[in-house]
Amino acid sequence: MSLSLTAGAVPGPRKDPSVAAALGRRRKRVNLIVKVLCVAATLIGLAFLASILVTLTYRGFEAMSLRVFTHVTAAPGSDGGLLNAIVGSLIQATLGTMIGTPIGMLVGTYLAEYARGSKLGNLVRFVSDILLSAPSILIGLFVYTIIVLPMGGFSGWAGVVALAIIVIPVVVRTTEDMLTLIPNTLREAVMGLGAPKWKMIVFVCWKSARAGIITGVLLAVARVAGETAPLLFTSLGNNTWSTDLMKPMSSLPVTIYAFAASPFEDWIALAWAGALLITLGVLGLNILARTLLRNRT
Amino acid sequence: MSTTTDTQAAATQGFGGVQARSEAVLNAPRIAIRNLDFFYGDNRALKAIDFDIPDRQVTGMIGPSGCGKSTLLRVLNRMYSLYPGQRATGEAMLDGMNIVAPDCDLNALRAKVGMVFQKPTPFPMTIYENIAFGVRLHEKLSKAQMDERVEWALTRAAIWEEVKDRLDTSALGLSGGQQQRLCIARTIAVRPEVILFDEPTSALDPISTLKIEELIDELKRDFTIVIVTHNMQQAARCADQVAFFYLGELIEVAPAAQMFTAPKHAKTQEYITGRFG
Amino acid sequence: MSQAATASPPAPERVARRAGNLGDIAFEWACKGAGIFVLLLLGAIIVELFIAGWPAFRAFGVGFLTSTDWDPVQEVFGAGVSIYGTVVTAVLAIVLAVPLAFGAAFYLTELAPVWLRRPVGTAIELLAAVPSIIYGMWGFFVIVPFFAQNIQPFLIDTLGELPFIGALFQGPPFGTGIFMAAFILAIMILPFIAATMRDVFEQVPPVYKESAYGLGATTWEVMKGVVIPYTRVSVVGGIMLGLGRALGETMAVTFVIGNANRISTSLFGPGNTIASLIALEFGESEIGSLKLASLLALGFILFFLSFIVLATSRYLLRSRLKG
Repeated sequence: MSLSLTAGAVPGPRKDPSVAAALGRRRKRVNLIVKVLCVAATLIGLAFLASILVTLTYRGFEAMSLRVFTHVTAAPGSDGGLLNAIVGSLIQATLGTMIGTPIGMLVGTYLAEYARGSKLGNLVRFVSDILLSAPSILIGLFVYTIIVLPMGGFSGWAGVVALAIIVIPVVVRTTEDMLTLIPNTLREAVMGLGAPKWKMIVFVCWKSARAGIITGVLLAVARVAGETAPLLFTSLGNNTWSTDLMKPMSSLPVTIYAFAASPFEDWIALAWAGALLITLGVLGLNILARTLLRNRT
Repeated sequence: MSTTTDTQAAATQGFGGVQARSEAVLNAPRIAIRNLDFFYGDNRALKAIDFDIPDRQVTGMIGPSGCGKSTLLRVLNRMYSLYPGQRATGEAMLDGMNIVAPDCDLNALRAKVGMVFQKPTPFPMTIYENIAFGVRLHEKLSKAQMDERVEWALTRAAIWEEVKDRLDTSALGLSGGQQQRLCIARTIAVRPEVILFDEPTSALDPISTLKIEELIDELKRDFTIVIVTHNMQQAARCADQVAFFYLGELIEVAPAAQMFTAPKHAKTQEYITGRFG
Repeated sequence: MSQAATASPPAPERVARRAGNLGDIAFEWACKGAGIFVLLLLGAIIVELFIAGWPAFRAFGVGFLTSTDWDPVQEVFGAGVSIYGTVVTAVLAIVLAVPLAFGAAFYLTELAPVWLRRPVGTAIELLAAVPSIIYGMWGFFVIVPFFAQNIQPFLIDTLGELPFIGALFQGPPFGTGIFMAAFILAIMILPFIAATMRDVFEQVPPVYKESAYGLGATTWEVMKGVVIPYTRVSVVGGIMLGLGRALGETMAVTFVIGNANRISTSLFGPGNTIASLIALEFGESEIGSLKLASLLALGFILFFLSFIVLATSRYLLRSRLKG
């Protein structure tokens, strides 16, 4: 054994307790300062959230009335509401989710069950993640060029398609994550019974991952419910009552955008009411999704 | 140094007839533990522990999983304080200060009481920086002094020859046994008085294990050493004093030779002969 | 599966197997097809935007990227101002957001009492869920007036008087402008960066932190010496993710940037970004016009920028994503 036992006395200055103590005090001071700054940073973040919620609650409730839900948007000064915008948003978000979810689930299933480690799978995962964070206004431009222009006008369907494209990557991410959590032993047990793979996926894997996938869908709804930019060039907005998807369709975010930027007091008030509605809805969906996921685990 | 043959001799003895190599005379106490209790929340994990850890000798702590031996080790450098809900009462006196007292300066304590973990934990930086990291916390050294300190620590940890030409490369490139010796060097570099080893060889191969054990034997000339192990042979090979824990209680503490030849308690006898554990 | 078919099992089972096989093939192709569809989707977005923007690229050439003109009357368009605004607001937003996000992530992983971690963490995550139009309105009606009355005059009188960098903080205190856009963007991306940082910090094995504590390090020294070196790559990835978000954000910026097609030396001056310019000018563009093509060309450029940033982010975060 080549143990060097020659290293004897400790090199360097003798340990001086007072020097170490002084250094220790300084280090503790630095540590305390950093801690205080971190608490401050967190408080600043929370203060922004609080400010947003307080402002929305205050100005939103001030403008809230039954009329908001019973009247359609109208010219300034003529007692309009937001009915057509609310209904338009519900229709577009619902249809967009209904179209985007199955595609997203299939892609997520492909990534988790068929393409683990495959080149095509990695590429699909990469592209889906890019779409997840890509600027949503570009989705709007894209749908404009492939649907609005050929169809000769803005339409509810164009808005639905734009939102569906945004839904897909959100559902892909959660579906894959949730399916990956399922232990392989469960898959082997089902396959061991002689079940075909598709039955195993549909009846066992999807079922075990159900809560997680529903969470993903809820988050996707929350995401598209607040999207404005992709609807500007697709469903455009409509100031009268319309549920015809072939025509321009109103939506809450676009209406808020138009009203908030206007010089009219009553429109701005309605914009606040709409902003409150949308934020409550989006945050409510988020909290619901979290609760679902937590109860499962 | 005839450590190797001694160790092998001890290793071949097997249980029952394990022969401890270390001298039976214990030095004066370095840490005096008195009436020490430990709680995880409401769960009392250590019950009225009472014994001395002798200066510049090796104390081995043995016992089945969950007996409290690792818990006691983590009391000695207050590692438990990182986690809410864990607390200790009683006394563990080191140089006239009570380790478990709330006003104990943790940073200073941990400079005095170093720890080596079960798995090697090299930091993601160069070998040199790994050693210098701890030293810089407590001392202001010139470049030359730091170089000297790093070489000294690596030499004491018996790894200098292997790494002296690549001090500027990442520590993550070392083998498991080398990483563990690097971690020992990192601990020594701070010049602690006590070094705690938490099953330091359980993740290593037999050759690396042997090196670490020889190192521990060598280090006790300058450091007080406490080692937790679930390997009876290791305790027999390394320790001067052995403490046996069971269900949070200290059942027996004795010089190693006595512990492995004539344990006083039936429980100890059963454990060291491998009847449970 | 195919072996079972050749081993001549009883007839009914073979039928079932074949149905299972068909089902398997169909299902696998449905999944794979959906995956390929996503690939084609991204490809189609790139190609469509490029084709639709082609008239502008053809008319103005490479100069489109640097030209600062935006003159609908003369039909002369350039992307220079909006590219500048996009990059400056996004980078400034990162500069403002990263320290706050780091502080919050550090607090949530190491400092906060355990019972507080979940509620505070959830609150920060909810900040990420608030729609961008809400940030825009809030910024425009709450932050802009407050900033213009209480903070901006002070900054102009102090920082604005300094040599060299003073020019960045001059001009009338309107509240809106490049700086305000960056500020609102910073608040929007803060939760994304903080959440990523928190997740990667939490992945550092406790025993490494204990090793550093065991040497006598303070919480901050453990963070600086061990946690950050461990997570460096992923942290940068999280920051890039935030940058990618900031580049393409539309509604919040449109409300507060002041919307002027010029590059001012002062950060308090108005400007625009690619996204805000598209949102504002699109409605006033006729189908087939050079202006519309220019806007679509801008969209292509924005896509290109975001793609690079997001792809880098994914690459840096890959180890985290693998788990």
